[in-house]
Amino acid sequence: MDVKDAVQTKQPQFPGEVYEAPGGGFMTGALNDVINWARSNSLWPLTFGTSCCAIELMSTASAKYDYSRFGFEVVRATPRQADLIIVSGTIVNKMAPVLKRLYYQMPDPKYVIAMGACAISGGPFFYNTYSVVKGVDHVIPVDVYIPGCPPRPEALMHSLITLQEKIMSGMTRDQIRRQHNPDL
Amino acid sequence: MVEELGITAEGDQVINIGPQHPATHGVLNLVVTLNGETIKKVEPHLGFIHRSIEKMCESLSYRQFIYVTSRMDYLSSHINNHACALCVEKGLQIEVPQRGQVIRVLMDELTRIASHLLWWGAQAMDLGAFTPYFYAFRERETITTIMEETCGARLTMNYMVPGGVMVDLHPSFQQKVKEFITLIKSKIDEYDELVTGNIIFQNRMKGVGYLTAADAVSYGCTGPTARGSGVHCDVRKIYPYEVYGKLHFDEVLETEGDSFARYLVRMKEIKQSISIIDQLIDNIPDGDFQAKTKAVLKLPKGEFYQRVETARGELGVYIVSEGGTTPYRIKFRSPGFSNLSALDHMAKGGKLGDLVATMGTLDLVIPDIDR
Repeated sequence: MDVKDAVQTKQPQFPGEVYEAPGGGFMTGALNDVINWARSNSLWPLTFGTSCCAIELMSTASAKYDYSRFGFEVVRATPRQADLIIVSGTIVNKMAPVLKRLYYQMPDPKYVIAMGACAISGGPFFYNTYSVVKGVDHVIPVDVYIPGCPPRPEALMHSLITLQEKIMSGMTRDQIRRQHNPDL
Repeated sequence: MVEELGITAEGDQVINIGPQHPATHGVLNLVVTLNGETIKKVEPHLGFIHRSIEKMCESLSYRQFIYVTSRMDYLSSHINNHACALCVEKGLQIEVPQRGQVIRVLMDELTRIASHLLWWGAQAMDLGAFTPYFYAFRERETITTIMEETCGARLTMNYMVPGGVMVDLHPSFQQKVKEFITLIKSKIDEYDELVTGNIIFQNRMKGVGYLTAADAVSYGCTGPTARGSGVHCDVRKIYPYEVYGKLHFDEVLETEGDSFARYLVRMKEIKQSISIIDQLIDNIPDGDFQAKTKAVLKLPKGEFYQRVETARGELGVYIVSEGGTTPYRIKFRSPGFSNLSALDHMAKGGKLGDLVATMGTLDLVIPDIDR
């Protein structure tokens, strides 16, 4: 299989053209698009689970669902090596500063998925309590929200694919912030 | 230099483990005082997932508050709901129909197997083996599929209501459970071959995290943690509820008191749960699955307490009623909190690396501790 066929069959979303030429060929494409494409296919999530949703997150990582098929294989235990937080579970007032610190510790570019009702809005059950943060977007910027209590593994995988599409089109919070402030 | 590293004059160093740490199984913060590699003190700091469930329950009716408790110890959510439903039934003096009781016990035991399987995978992962995690989840998915068919949810089922269970069993329930039992019976031996008999695993687990029977009692440990030290504490045996009194099963006891003993207790409990399901699955009586109850429940004035055996130990539900539609006060006696309190005692004098092995065998679920 030559280069052109390989790119077109294996990576149909590749943002560029491949031209055949003697001795191998060459590609054209906007550098930004190629970088975004590369980033979207190598997301490294942080192992961050606070409550019930973390179990569904573990299910998604394990035998039956296996999200490494979509490029989320490398789960990191330290924020220094991760670029994606999946906030799986309730965030309470005591945990919020910790989450913020974890977010700041991650290298740029970074993305956030709010998994489950608690991370979206404080949850269907925890809206009238004194200790729960009413939505993780009060603390850190969120790119994709997944409803459910807890969401199914399929829902989580859909959100991961949605995040990939968002990154490829340059529409995540982090990317938009960067467009407006090139000095960041 | 010494000051930079945070070492005190006595040569002690204080390090933080958590709240974001894969070995704490959630958001627990352990402040560990070390001398070299030897542990001098372990101080658990709680509250990173305190959702004030007890306070919330005071504003919810007796039907509503049960759903919140699914989120407490989410790995045995059926058993949490069971405890609350039993406590409300005790107050209202409702007799649950036989069919309802048997369905409840079946669900409890399936949950127990699922919880122990997840624990087994996580424990092996804590010690550096990644394969068992996939094995455990492969079998656990079978249980979640069975649960989903009948209860409509994979993890937080909310299936038990005061008076019985919410809906009847799915028509294929019996067949699916039988298939699962055949499957898990063959897999247990595979687990034993892969992990239990593994010499590296045994060396990590044996002789660490000792807890004597007297200490287990004085710290209030229950469940497999205490039974690993030889304490007779299975609520299903001592204070039988539902149909547990009529069933034949053994209370698993190990006398060693180390991490490996607690590991063995859980592995043997899976087999006991299988035998309970074996006894019940062909003998589900016909009839109602739910007793007739009023639409609005009002508990008489008084105090009610009910305990059940979850996968982690004894869960107690204590309701104080003023006679209204909502409880005046609810207190949960969660097994994880008491088991965690023994961690300092178990880890003291050991090595830092063994702390993970010891903490894993306590099978902590942090939202159960913080509530």
